[in-house]
Amino acid sequence: MMFDEPGSIGADHRDSATSNGVPRRTFLKAGAAVGGGFVLEFHLPAFLSDAMAAGPSSFEPNAFVRIAGDGSVTMTMPYVEMGQGTYTSIPMLIAEELEVDLKQVKLEHAPPNEKLYGNPLLGGLQATGNSNAVRGSWQPLRQAGAAARSMLIAAAAKRWKVDPSSCRAEHGEVVHTASTRRVKYGALVGDAAQMPVPVKVALKGAGDFKLIGTPAKRLDTPAKVNGKAVYGIDVRPPGVKIATLAQSPVFGGRVKSVDDAAAKKVNGVRQIVRLGDAVAVVADHMGAAKKGLAALTIEWDDGAHAKLDTHQIVNELEQASLKPGAVAQNIGDVDRAMAGAVAKVEATYQIPFLAHATMEPMNCTVHVRKDGCEVWVGTQAMARAQAAAAKVSGLPLDKVVVHNHLIGGGFGRRLEIDGVIRATQIAMQVDGPVKVVWTREEDIQHDMYRPCFFDRFSAGLDQKGMPVAWNHRYAGSSVMARWAPPFFQNGLDPDTTEGAIDLVYGLPNVHVEYVRIEPPGIPTAFWRSVGPSHNVFVVESFMDELAAAAKQDPVAYRRALLDKSPRAKAVLDLAAQKAGWGQLLPKGVGRGISMQFAFGSHLSHVAEVEVSKDGSVRVRRVTSAIDCGTVVNPDTVRAQIQSAVMFGVTAALYGEITLKDGRVEQTNFDTYRILRMSEAPVVEVHIVQSSEAPGGIGEAGTSAIMPAVANAIFAATGKRLRRLPVDAAALSQPA
Amino acid sequence: MAYTIKVNGEAHTVDVDRDTPLLWVLRDVLGMTGTKFGCGRALCGACTVHLNGAPTRSCVTPIQSIGNSAVTTIEAVGNTAAGRKIQKAWLDLEVVQCGYCQSGQIMSASALLASNPHPDDSAIDDAMSGNICRCGTYNRIREAIKHAAGSPGAAGKEG
Repeated sequence: MMFDEPGSIGADHRDSATSNGVPRRTFLKAGAAVGGGFVLEFHLPAFLSDAMAAGPSSFEPNAFVRIAGDGSVTMTMPYVEMGQGTYTSIPMLIAEELEVDLKQVKLEHAPPNEKLYGNPLLGGLQATGNSNAVRGSWQPLRQAGAAARSMLIAAAAKRWKVDPSSCRAEHGEVVHTASTRRVKYGALVGDAAQMPVPVKVALKGAGDFKLIGTPAKRLDTPAKVNGKAVYGIDVRPPGVKIATLAQSPVFGGRVKSVDDAAAKKVNGVRQIVRLGDAVAVVADHMGAAKKGLAALTIEWDDGAHAKLDTHQIVNELEQASLKPGAVAQNIGDVDRAMAGAVAKVEATYQIPFLAHATMEPMNCTVHVRKDGCEVWVGTQAMARAQAAAAKVSGLPLDKVVVHNHLIGGGFGRRLEIDGVIRATQIAMQVDGPVKVVWTREEDIQHDMYRPCFFDRFSAGLDQKGMPVAWNHRYAGSSVMARWAPPFFQNGLDPDTTEGAIDLVYGLPNVHVEYVRIEPPGIPTAFWRSVGPSHNVFVVESFMDELAAAAKQDPVAYRRALLDKSPRAKAVLDLAAQKAGWGQLLPKGVGRGISMQFAFGSHLSHVAEVEVSKDGSVRVRRVTSAIDCGTVVNPDTVRAQIQSAVMFGVTAALYGEITLKDGRVEQTNFDTYRILRMSEAPVVEVHIVQSSEAPGGIGEAGTSAIMPAVANAIFAATGKRLRRLPVDAAALSQPA
Repeated sequence: MAYTIKVNGEAHTVDVDRDTPLLWVLRDVLGMTGTKFGCGRALCGACTVHLNGAPTRSCVTPIQSIGNSAVTTIEAVGNTAAGRKIQKAWLDLEVVQCGYCQSGQIMSASALLASNPHPDDSAIDDAMSGNICRCGTYNRIREAIKHAAGSPGAAGKEG
């Protein structure tokens, strides 16, 4: 991988820039491109309009692009790479307008700086999540490339004493079209830095794209096949010690006593660190640290949640769902429509807590000194990581340097900074740098979990069986209320409701309510596909129930409700056609459909499942159709849908975190199963060509596959699953 | 106690307890971080290395059991014919996402290809089902193994 040594990145001059991080509303007008193509002209957002104070030998027109005298182009990545391909798609956006080849580009992780690198779709927080990197960058980062290009052209034109409009840029060079004179970007850096930053820049129209829309090779991959890629867990600052820890097995519990005599005798163990609610063993290597941890005798004070049980939590949710909640959406008059309905359908659903189980276990390396603190971590929330280390260490923010790294699986887990807090607490007591690595057991038992939910539905059908009333109330945790409180208002937040409201279906009377109830002691967090991971499962399962009640085909039934959503109808049709919907299947095999509008993308899956006599379920094949607007990298879109399907099938078939006596019962991959090669469905992805604005793709496939699997099980067995994960024992019983 | 092990053709002497898993010797003592920690119990395959060519979970392999066996890791598997083919196929077919498990996947796939030059789906399932990929790159892994074997033809057909 082409990363500059992170070295002093967190403390460099860019931190002092004073630009406004939230892109101003941009104004666009159409204009004619130099080459005759159609372009759109945009006012440059404020955060791109201040050229950086660069050294004499480089050109740094904004916080994202730096061109050196040797012509090398370095791009600073505002979003972190965790497998989703952002270190390829974001450079594609910049390179498209900068007119450089991706091969010329080096990447570096952005330092913590919300003003420069805040996510415009997450209220300016510097975070990677909600499948919105391309959505948030689509315009500003093309502008970043275009502004740099226009300054380079201006510098060349001045040198040649010609009109800039008579020049063009290609392959890292400026060309004077009439005379065919050429100059490389590297030779222009000094002059370009003197050019004024343009107020407006013209962006290419879709017809002129050279890179966007192509299956460009990923930039992060070569180092990931030869062991050279550096994840957070791989850092080795000189003198680093390795620590592992035991946290209170009950959330909120405390350490009562520790007998560390045996642990201290373990060869390679250097120190035992005691915290209020955890104990860590610091050693020369992880083998010694784990052995030392096993040799500790820790007595815990379990505290208030000592008897916590999942059944109790679910009961509380069920009770809460009986009470009125905040109205998330109301269309028409559901009560009146229900009273006039020919038939009524009711159902309740329940979904479990889920762990993230990223392949790279939680880890963070910290070196606390009197005058400063250094942190090495792979994080989805860079600025928060810095703030957490500052708060724990008591050091001012500008004394905390954070190095971000490749992430071995995020899925929302690394939007949280509990690992940084833990590591800093431990490092406060250790002389020199310490890498705190969680065992898999700690990782699963001290995750912050996808919340469980309880849902209540009722619908009224007319004489044709079509829904005239749709009533949905659900109870569960709001992650947003904790993670970004300003987004939680009047009992609602945009994440908990996504997928439950603004349905693509033409429903005349809709009423949706949310009851916020937080499980006692259990930390909840975002998990791949966030709100829709819950809502799309229940909405698409219930829609399937309505089709069954109306004795109609599930595809035809949905299709009849999509007259006002042509993009949704198109993906439904495409998925059904490619899957061979309606073709005969052997006994015990069924197809199920789902559809979804979430993360700005339309998606439909058809799952084909086989249910054995013992109730075990195998997902054989998944056919997906996606309309995510303009596609930046079609290969990444396919890869992300395939990935998201496996993630969702894992959850549908196996995913469940349960508590007994306040303790998480699952420990490792034997009790928290992940789909394996022999169980993996074949996933076919079909992309709808579109020139709409880009939608998100990293998470969309996960939420939509869960109902497709459940609906396919219904088709195969006649049994409706209203609870996840799949209950093989129930499926083995006669219908 | 001191142990001398042969890793990627080079001898290294390390002073650790006899039950220390090879994984931590590689990562923390020798600084070879390409081999990954995933579960510590041979459940996920992220730590897979070759011992005399056989895929082995280094997280449960004590240092004392290694003796004169040749340890090959992801850093050097490209020096073998099968490893080179597998790494190239991984790039050609753009298998990798987060990449954390891929060292182990490549080590398992290389060992498979070295022992079975034309593995069928069932052989791939057998050899690869001990390696978890949380990003779910299984379709492409299967396809890439076939591609490396010179028999492209895929599970992951795409539109």
